[in-house]
Amino acid sequence: MGSKRTARREFLRSSAALAGGFTLGSVAPALGQEPAPHAAHPSPPMIKGDKDEVAYGGRSKYETSVRISHPVGGRPSPDQFGLTFHIATPLQDSVGVITPSSLHYVATTRGAFLPDIDPKEHRLMIHGLVDRPLTFTMEDLKRLPSVTRLHFIECAGNRSSRRAKNVQETHGMTSCAEWTGVLLSTLLKECGLKGSAKWFVAEGAEEVKGASSMPIAKAMDDSIVAYGMNGEAVRPQNGYPLRLMVPGLEGIFHTKYLRRIKIVDQYYMNYNDFGHLDQDAKTAALAYQIGPKSVITQPSGGQQLPGKGFYEISGLAWSGGGAIKQVEVSTDGGKKWNKAEFKGTPQRMAHTRFSYQWNWDGNETELQSRCTDEIGQVQPSREQIAKYWNKPYDATFSVPGLDNSIQPWRIARDGSVTNGNA
Amino acid sequence: MGTRSFLPIAFASLMGVSALAQSPTYGIGRTPTPEEIRAWDISISATGEELPPGRGTAKEGAQAYRAKGCAGCHGAAGVGGSAPLLKSKDPANPNVWARGRILPLRAPFATVVWDYINRGMPLNREGTLTPDEVYALTAYLLFINDVIPEDQVLDAQSLPKVKMPIGDKYASLPEWKPRTPRLKGYPY
Repeated sequence: MGSKRTARREFLRSSAALAGGFTLGSVAPALGQEPAPHAAHPSPPMIKGDKDEVAYGGRSKYETSVRISHPVGGRPSPDQFGLTFHIATPLQDSVGVITPSSLHYVATTRGAFLPDIDPKEHRLMIHGLVDRPLTFTMEDLKRLPSVTRLHFIECAGNRSSRRAKNVQETHGMTSCAEWTGVLLSTLLKECGLKGSAKWFVAEGAEEVKGASSMPIAKAMDDSIVAYGMNGEAVRPQNGYPLRLMVPGLEGIFHTKYLRRIKIVDQYYMNYNDFGHLDQDAKTAALAYQIGPKSVITQPSGGQQLPGKGFYEISGLAWSGGGAIKQVEVSTDGGKKWNKAEFKGTPQRMAHTRFSYQWNWDGNETELQSRCTDEIGQVQPSREQIAKYWNKPYDATFSVPGLDNSIQPWRIARDGSVTNGNA
Repeated sequence: MGTRSFLPIAFASLMGVSALAQSPTYGIGRTPTPEEIRAWDISISATGEELPPGRGTAKEGAQAYRAKGCAGCHGAAGVGGSAPLLKSKDPANPNVWARGRILPLRAPFATVVWDYINRGMPLNREGTLTPDEVYALTAYLLFINDVIPEDQVLDAQSLPKVKMPIGDKYASLPEWKPRTPRLKGYPY
């Protein structure tokens, strides 16, 4: 009883601090102040829950973080001509590592139109170079041994540009969710892979039957036929009722509305694969598996530091090569690098939250983060990438393949934060 | 449910498949009929073994291009529409890559063009084209890009033999292995 009352007092204290204008990083709890008598505290107004709110709760009306179209100002009319339509996650408001399903990034072929698939009718067929082709219902799949894993998905188009103002525009085409499903290797063992199996084609049930070819090694390593996302069914925008998770490969390979897997002995160039056709082998390699990448989300572009003093710098790191092993943060434009701390244990091919404690002296500076993954890949700067390609490092330089370059955020004396690449 | 689950095992033993490491563990899932597989298998390889019977020429394709509404999005003859270009604006450029990202020009195999049209076109009526129409449209697009002559008949035998202008001037994907850097030595 007594401890409960103390907890409530603590809560009221911090609420008072919030009401008093508690902003990012300003440490001003009302410690030492005697809380006013309980009865003197007015209760907040009440929200009357309606039936829908009771059945499936929503967030507070004060929380307004939303997805935006990507790239900035691009493709305002998503539903014409099947052009790909992208929407980006508000990473600047993210906490922890899970992207809420409602805020997960989306890339579609038909903009706002989504296939309306009845899970009772949905089937997954596996055939080709197997001893026993098999067709699974959703019910079948849910009977099989499952795995639950955190995995990010990142779109190939997730690149920083000079025009981008904030981290949603520079990095919002990556998201991380908890995925549940059956390992593809479990299903393939059930079918019996033939020795000649080299590649597999994954295909969706949507209007264009979007398909991608991938190496059989990926299928047998860690690919998941996922029906669950963040504790519920995969959302339609993310492939309901079934999505193929191929952790660490470019987003487009994570086949939505998965209906068919064909085991083959050669590279099939079906639909999405044509878009991956490249002239240069190096660029092709850089546009397949996601490189080690990190970005500071707080403070980041468009945010405002209220004044000098303490801040917890916070950000996300991920890699298609495995788990993140180390993140470093620089608060002086890359001269000195400091080891960041992890929030929780880094998982393979998952967003990892890192933090670094920083006292801002009020002078102009630049914040950067860089990461190293478990197989030793290090996140490069744009300058290093330009050097690798023997290209001049200037405003026109564009990172070939998937852009995993270091993102600088410039802090001005007035506390405003802007894109260091601008 | 019970009967269906155990069917594959029964089927496998009837077929005399030896119970080595590759025998099914769970006995869940149903064996699709060859007809079901054929109906769903729209993935066409470079060698074209999955191509259905049928035939078409560029002349027939030009008609289909108008009749099926292709011109509405892609322009009267593959140019000038709002959808991606289907004919190069710089067809004489000796560098095939500089001729533009044109599917019937850049694709390394003519079967890629067939597969793309068959599964993805036309907008909002995907999957409604007959094999003859897909062969004809493929022939038309290859013809307007000077890949094949106007009178060439495309079918399951001739389509995979079409020589595409890109030849072997494209990069193969690297051999992917788990826990391996995406590109050795990059960027250091």
